[in-house]
Amino acid sequence: MTRMLERALYIAALALAVLCVTSLAQYAMAATPIPQAPHDALHAMGPQAGHIVDLWRVMLWTCSLVFGAILAALLFAILRAPRADATAAPDLSAVDRAEPRVRRSVASAAVASALLLFALALASVFTDRALARLSLAGAVNIEVTAHQWWWSARYLDGGHADTFVTANEIHIPVGRPVNLQLKADDVIHSLWVPSLAGKKDLIPGRSASMQFRADTPGPYRGQCAEFCGFQHALMGLLVVADPPAQYEAWVQAQRTPPAPPTGAKAIRGQQLFQSTSCAMCHAIGGTIASAQHAPDLTHLASRSTLAAGTLANTPAQLAAWIADPQKHKPGVNMPSTPISRDDLDALVAYLETLK
Amino acid sequence: MTTAATPASRSDATLDVSGLPSFRFSHHSPMWWGTLGMIAIEGTVFALAIASYFYLRMHSNTWPMFALPPDLFWGTLNTAVMLGSLVPNQLAKSASERLDLPAVRLWLSVALVFAFLFLGVRVMEFASLNVRWDSNAYGSIVWTLLGLHTTHLITDTIDTTVLDVLFFTGPLDGRRFVDVSENCFYWYFVVGSWLPIYLVIYWGARPWPS
Amino acid sequence: MTHATLEASMAADRVRMKDGPPAGSREARALDVTWDDPPGLLGWFCAINHKTIAKRFIVTTLGFFAAGGLIAAVMRMQLSRPENTLVGPDMYNQLFTMHGTTMMFLFAVPVMQAVAIYLVPLMVGSRTVAFPRMNAFAYWIFLFGGLMLYAAFFVNSGPDAGWFAYVPLAGPDYSPGKRVDFWAQMITFTELSGLIEAIVIIATVFKMRAPGMTLNRMPLLVWSNLVTSFMVLFAMPAVMLASTALILDRLVGTHFYNPAEGGDPLLWQHLFWFFGHPEVYLIFIPGLGFLSSVIPTFSRRPIYGYTAMVLSLVATGFLAFGLWVHHMFATNLPELGKAFFTAMSMLIAIPSALQIFCWIATMWTGRLNLKTPMLFVLAFFFILVLGGLTGLMLGAVPLDLQVHDTYFVVAHLHYVLIGGAVFPLFGAFYYWYPKIKGRMMGEALGKASFWLMFIGFNAAFFPMHWLGLHGMPRRVYTYQAGMGWDGMNLLSTLGAFTFAAGVFLSLVNAVASARRGAVAGADPWGAGTLEWSIASPPPPCNFHAIPTVHGRDPLWQPAPGGAPARVSGLAVNVREVLVTSVIDALPDHRMTSPNPSPWPFLTALATTVLFIGSIFTPWAVVWAAIPATIATILWFWPKHKDNSEDLALEKAP
Repeated sequence: MTRMLERALYIAALALAVLCVTSLAQYAMAATPIPQAPHDALHAMGPQAGHIVDLWRVMLWTCSLVFGAILAALLFAILRAPRADATAAPDLSAVDRAEPRVRRSVASAAVASALLLFALALASVFTDRALARLSLAGAVNIEVTAHQWWWSARYLDGGHADTFVTANEIHIPVGRPVNLQLKADDVIHSLWVPSLAGKKDLIPGRSASMQFRADTPGPYRGQCAEFCGFQHALMGLLVVADPPAQYEAWVQAQRTPPAPPTGAKAIRGQQLFQSTSCAMCHAIGGTIASAQHAPDLTHLASRSTLAAGTLANTPAQLAAWIADPQKHKPGVNMPSTPISRDDLDALVAYLETLK
Repeated sequence: MTTAATPASRSDATLDVSGLPSFRFSHHSPMWWGTLGMIAIEGTVFALAIASYFYLRMHSNTWPMFALPPDLFWGTLNTAVMLGSLVPNQLAKSASERLDLPAVRLWLSVALVFAFLFLGVRVMEFASLNVRWDSNAYGSIVWTLLGLHTTHLITDTIDTTVLDVLFFTGPLDGRRFVDVSENCFYWYFVVGSWLPIYLVIYWGARPWPS
Repeated sequence: MTHATLEASMAADRVRMKDGPPAGSREARALDVTWDDPPGLLGWFCAINHKTIAKRFIVTTLGFFAAGGLIAAVMRMQLSRPENTLVGPDMYNQLFTMHGTTMMFLFAVPVMQAVAIYLVPLMVGSRTVAFPRMNAFAYWIFLFGGLMLYAAFFVNSGPDAGWFAYVPLAGPDYSPGKRVDFWAQMITFTELSGLIEAIVIIATVFKMRAPGMTLNRMPLLVWSNLVTSFMVLFAMPAVMLASTALILDRLVGTHFYNPAEGGDPLLWQHLFWFFGHPEVYLIFIPGLGFLSSVIPTFSRRPIYGYTAMVLSLVATGFLAFGLWVHHMFATNLPELGKAFFTAMSMLIAIPSALQIFCWIATMWTGRLNLKTPMLFVLAFFFILVLGGLTGLMLGAVPLDLQVHDTYFVVAHLHYVLIGGAVFPLFGAFYYWYPKIKGRMMGEALGKASFWLMFIGFNAAFFPMHWLGLHGMPRRVYTYQAGMGWDGMNLLSTLGAFTFAAGVFLSLVNAVASARRGAVAGADPWGAGTLEWSIASPPPPCNFHAIPTVHGRDPLWQPAPGGAPARVSGLAVNVREVLVTSVIDALPDHRMTSPNPSPWPFLTALATTVLFIGSIFTPWAVVWAAIPATIATILWFWPKHKDNSEDLALEKAP
């Protein structure tokens, strides 16, 4: 009686476990809705991430099969073997006698494992090849530099005068390959935009590159994946894939310095920007502010987030950020600015003109 | 070599081991295995340090970086001194294995003279490296290689000094001869490991014939 | 009579009494007195009995396990909901660094060595380990290193650059202050301890086995610790070299990792993972040894495929050194090199798979006794196998590029380490607790603890696979609302607390059973290895007469008629041991094992002053070397009493 109960319990427990694993695996397979920008390795929006999802499927199913087979063998062994207690004399018959049937089973299981492993290794190598075959004809070239804890991007195409710099938001054209040159300014970072491609480390003193293509327009979130100190958690970026015409328009806008401020408040804001500590770190194209220690603000108002994806870019959030960056991103290199309410409003009014 | 225990004299079949020797040399002794373990560890450290040297060299356009290669004289002289020290070392080792007390005293002392000699020359080696440890990565790895090896010279010299004093003052028993034998075994490692390090420090920084 | 001759005659008197089956209870009592630790507080610091040191070592590592677990609990609380403010980034970075450092350096590797120090002499039929004083020294150094790290943490100088301490973040420019120095010096402490223990275990296994225990008859647990110890010898020097270079960069301005002066941050990663990957197997292989001890006993038959098991252990040990680059696939390395490491990552699964098949075969053909130790061991088949399979995924370069440095890896490594080491370790505790304490642990509480741990573990870590695939990076102190990660993180936190409750139940069980558990007797499980032939808890000398071995499971395969069953002729009033030959375990010579001594403790203290002093001034290496050297010399210097005993027993080869 107890024996049957025990059997039932074990079968139930193991069945439950297998059910949990497989259903969670299924759950993991299904892409979940992401509210804003996709940030999801299984939500592939380009060929590079797509190849990897294919490999993931192969591996998931193969491994699930192996896992199920091993658990089934274990379960069967437990169920079929008779019970004994510590006083039962050990069965020493195997000491001098070979066990050919067991030997055959173990050997064939080992051979099957080896074959499966070989198949998985092949699948990995073929995926690697597919990734390397991405055509770079007509690629957009961008140099991405990682800093503690933000990203700068320099668009390299065209002549020297055509290059421009932006921060924390990279626009790319849909359907064209992108070739990123990766650099690090201080410590090691890792660029990861999971819906578009696998990650790549940015290492000081070394160069690396990364190639991908987005096939659907939209914003894709990315994040630093290598621990890089205090604010590793809030070092996001946005890769925005635009339809070609929209992308060209964006590039033209970026190449053009913003129009000088017109309203009195905004003009005072500009004077404040240039006369206080702001200009010691930030650059704004077309003005005397040209420091490169912090994100370039030339077209700040056209971006959708602040502080490397930490806050939405609204006037209120911008004011709150300038007033006390340490509150929103503790440890960030931007100091708190003791500034009157009026001055802050003026500063924000100016920054909001930087379309 | 088999060392069967003396046959059981009693009728109830025990394995009587009271007649076995109370110490033995070489791989029979647990001490030998302990020493071999130390050698494995330190040999791995040296091997990895040498690998790091070539790793840095591979990633540098110039080598040595903004420095002259080390002067050959003192390092080569020290190699000769160390190789010379193997003679009293071997004589001390075989004397210990013969349990020959006067010979052990003599050759340990002679080996010590060599030890102090190569420590002295080592100071001159540091002075003729032509680079500081904090100048660049080349300087760092060269100083570390030489420093690591010097640590071994110092510890081996201290070991040998203590053993030598013990052999003059006592108390002594047979196992101390095993200690001498193991110390000499370790000395072989210290000198043997120097040869690749010497080649790396002094010839790794010079252009190789192609 | 002069003092010296008097002493000699007394010594001669002391060595006259011999052990062995003909000897009576007088000899047995004398043996226990001889091998016991000295009494009193001073004696406590002089203790060198391997069981005493091992028990302290095990308790210390479990203390660190609890500390690391509490730290993990705080981290899980912080991550239970988005934009939580329980701890800030500064504290969180210290917490996850302390958690990883504690679990890897202060728990997982040392606890396996500590258990080995207790069990290996008992399993090979020896009265002691090969170098008992070195063994005590290794324990003290380990204790002081761990305490130093926690002292630093409590004064807000806890390391915060990760347990992997990647440069340049951990270098002088981006981690000013002393935090990383404490971390790097902790490496020196624990690696020194680990390396010494490896030598102690190797020499014990090679030279101290009971006559007849050829290598081919050695228990698989002993094999697994032998393989592990050899791996330690070749893996740990890499991290010692790396951390020494880091300390030099930080304290005296060398440039190993400074790209501006010709150094290279990737040098650190190569050296660190050349150690770090084998380290996973240092933790995992002793766990395999526990499985190979528990499964045959509770299947009532010898293990199936002994030779295949040994070869698998050795193969795993070798292959473990060919995997380190799979931690570095995201760096810019040549593609061909990466393919090699993919192949190696797949290859190392084969010996593990073979062992799994052999264990299943053992159970399949045996009769099962499903007690708590067996349950913990069976969990291995669920958890470790899952962890191994996700390991294959990480070995595939393209997939690794997506899940590397995400919560997927956190899930994977906990499945491997907790499934491969912690569950078997708990099984081992339930299995050997009666031997250590003489009483059984409660079976009902044990099963309750097991199910809480098993369910809690899966609830805590399975969702992390999902989190990683859906984009959550590791080592983040918070995440933003709206990423879709909230539910799984909450589930994970709940699971972690369930797991902790299960661990706590086992602790309660251990404490309660120490007084109230059923008396165990020598062999409560009906097992076949030598440690079960002696009383529980074992007497100070382990074996009143050294057994001779005639099969792989000596208790199941007693001496055939006429063959000697025991050794006789060792002194009972002096710590005399039998040394045997490496391969065939033939009696080779007798050796006196050292007596208790305060010097291991004092030398460890002097060494600690040196290590900690060097954090503050490089000159400490010079001035603090003087007391350390003096202590070492006094440790070595023979005492007249010991010397006269040795002379009385002496017989030249």
